[in-house]
Amino acid sequence: MPLPVLTAENITAGYHHPVITDVTLTIHSGQTVGLAGPSGSGKSTLARVLSMLLKPFSGTVWLDDIPVTGFRHRAPRELRTRIGVLFQQPRLSVDPRMTLRAAIAEPLRTTRDHNRVDELAELVMLTPDLLGRRAHEVSDGQLQRACLARALALRPSFLICDEMTTMLDASTAAALVGVIRDYQAETGAGVLAISHDSVLLDHWADETVRLTS
Amino acid sequence: MVNELVLDRVSVRFSLPGATVAAVNDVSLRIRPGECVALVGESGCGKTVLASALLGFLPGNAETAGRATLSSPSGAVDLLAASDHELATTIRSRRIGLIPQSPASHLTPVRTARAQLDEALRVHRSGQTADQLAGRAGLTPDDIDRYPHELSGGMAQRVANALALAGDPWLLIADEPTTGLDRHLVDGLIEEFRRMVDDHRAVLLITHDLAAAQRIADRVAVMYAGRIVELGPTRKVLDTPHHPYARGLRNALPDRDFTPIPGQPPLLTDLPPGCSFAPRCERAAPLCAERPFLTDDEHAAACHFPC
Repeated sequence: MPLPVLTAENITAGYHHPVITDVTLTIHSGQTVGLAGPSGSGKSTLARVLSMLLKPFSGTVWLDDIPVTGFRHRAPRELRTRIGVLFQQPRLSVDPRMTLRAAIAEPLRTTRDHNRVDELAELVMLTPDLLGRRAHEVSDGQLQRACLARALALRPSFLICDEMTTMLDASTAAALVGVIRDYQAETGAGVLAISHDSVLLDHWADETVRLTS
Repeated sequence: MVNELVLDRVSVRFSLPGATVAAVNDVSLRIRPGECVALVGESGCGKTVLASALLGFLPGNAETAGRATLSSPSGAVDLLAASDHELATTIRSRRIGLIPQSPASHLTPVRTARAQLDEALRVHRSGQTADQLAGRAGLTPDDIDRYPHELSGGMAQRVANALALAGDPWLLIADEPTTGLDRHLVDGLIEEFRRMVDDHRAVLLITHDLAAAQRIADRVAVMYAGRIVELGPTRKVLDTPHHPYARGLRNALPDRDFTPIPGQPPLLTDLPPGCSFAPRCERAAPLCAERPFLTDDEHAAACHFPC
């Protein structure tokens, strides 16, 4: 079987007006592609298209040799679950009523695999006492760890990290990048690392694509 | 007496049902006009709580200890003991200005930048005009006729800076001002802070971003679990950190080793009696069960076995 590949082909997308025009980007299995560019250059727009959260005006997203035909709630489940997403603000990404355990288990609802939560928590170095807490009872770094565990729950082939480390101190950022690298080494997943921090991308990504506004 | 802020063993505790959160513990620090001091540490280490305590923004379940003496030619006041009325009418924005984390959401969306600057100047009975104030922050008169949603991130930041300067405070507290900003906006902000410092003001920069602190600050205070564990000139702290935590944080930067510090910070409800970093520290020894105190040097560290 050929190795997975995620491709954005000639994507034009935005909100009423296009933010990105005719952008093409490919992420191969095991590869880490950096995406840089100033605010407003469309980094997050491209991330949302690739993670099937935003329908492009034109262009095609390919997962392996399958074109993505639906976006948001119309995205086919077997394609959607192969892509994990991490956002900049963990506080806005977690339902505040949930404990960290419930948040990590959210994508696992259909599998009812409870051991998997403990396995994931260990992977991102969250201690059991933290799993019982809600979002407001943990730090940004701890919450982002839970978001990474949630993103990895269904063993995605690709991980889209949109400014994942911006809210984090240097040590937590290095720890999460380390977890992602280990996951890649184990599963051959491809990663899109979006950041405005070129020093970070120089040391994290295999190659970096730059968007201009 | 000259302008000066002296923190003397400042502590902040929050009472929760069944627990006490020790958010800030015995922090001592001196800030004078003409310098930028960065308070660096991971989220949840007590940086923002300390800033809130200085501005009188703590919630009702907080208890403070120690003294935060703000001196000026007209006298000295303990910020922790001052009444809300005193803080509101004589301290905030007159002697201490706040530069908020997210300037775009800090501004009133339905009024132009000019209207907001005019209001600030009117409240402060300042002789300046909005154009003069904006000009000092690097904005043109046309810029401030816009509404907040029409301003770019960098311009919104400058409007927030101008508002903070309206009451002519000598001390500015900036809470995570660089988070999420592009490189060139950070560069611009660093220039603004430089200008404020050259203008004989002081900037207390609160950040988790060691790289940003490195580029702005004259001195760095590294905070861990509510305590300052290392304090000194920026270059010395970053080039030759004494405290194992400060060294670990520096080595975690992408252009250094890019490796994390092992373990997790302690719960602020259950701090170890001795050094709070000992459980994660490779240099820990039995002596670390006793609490180390911050030394009195120019480059100080609170560690029994400094690097």
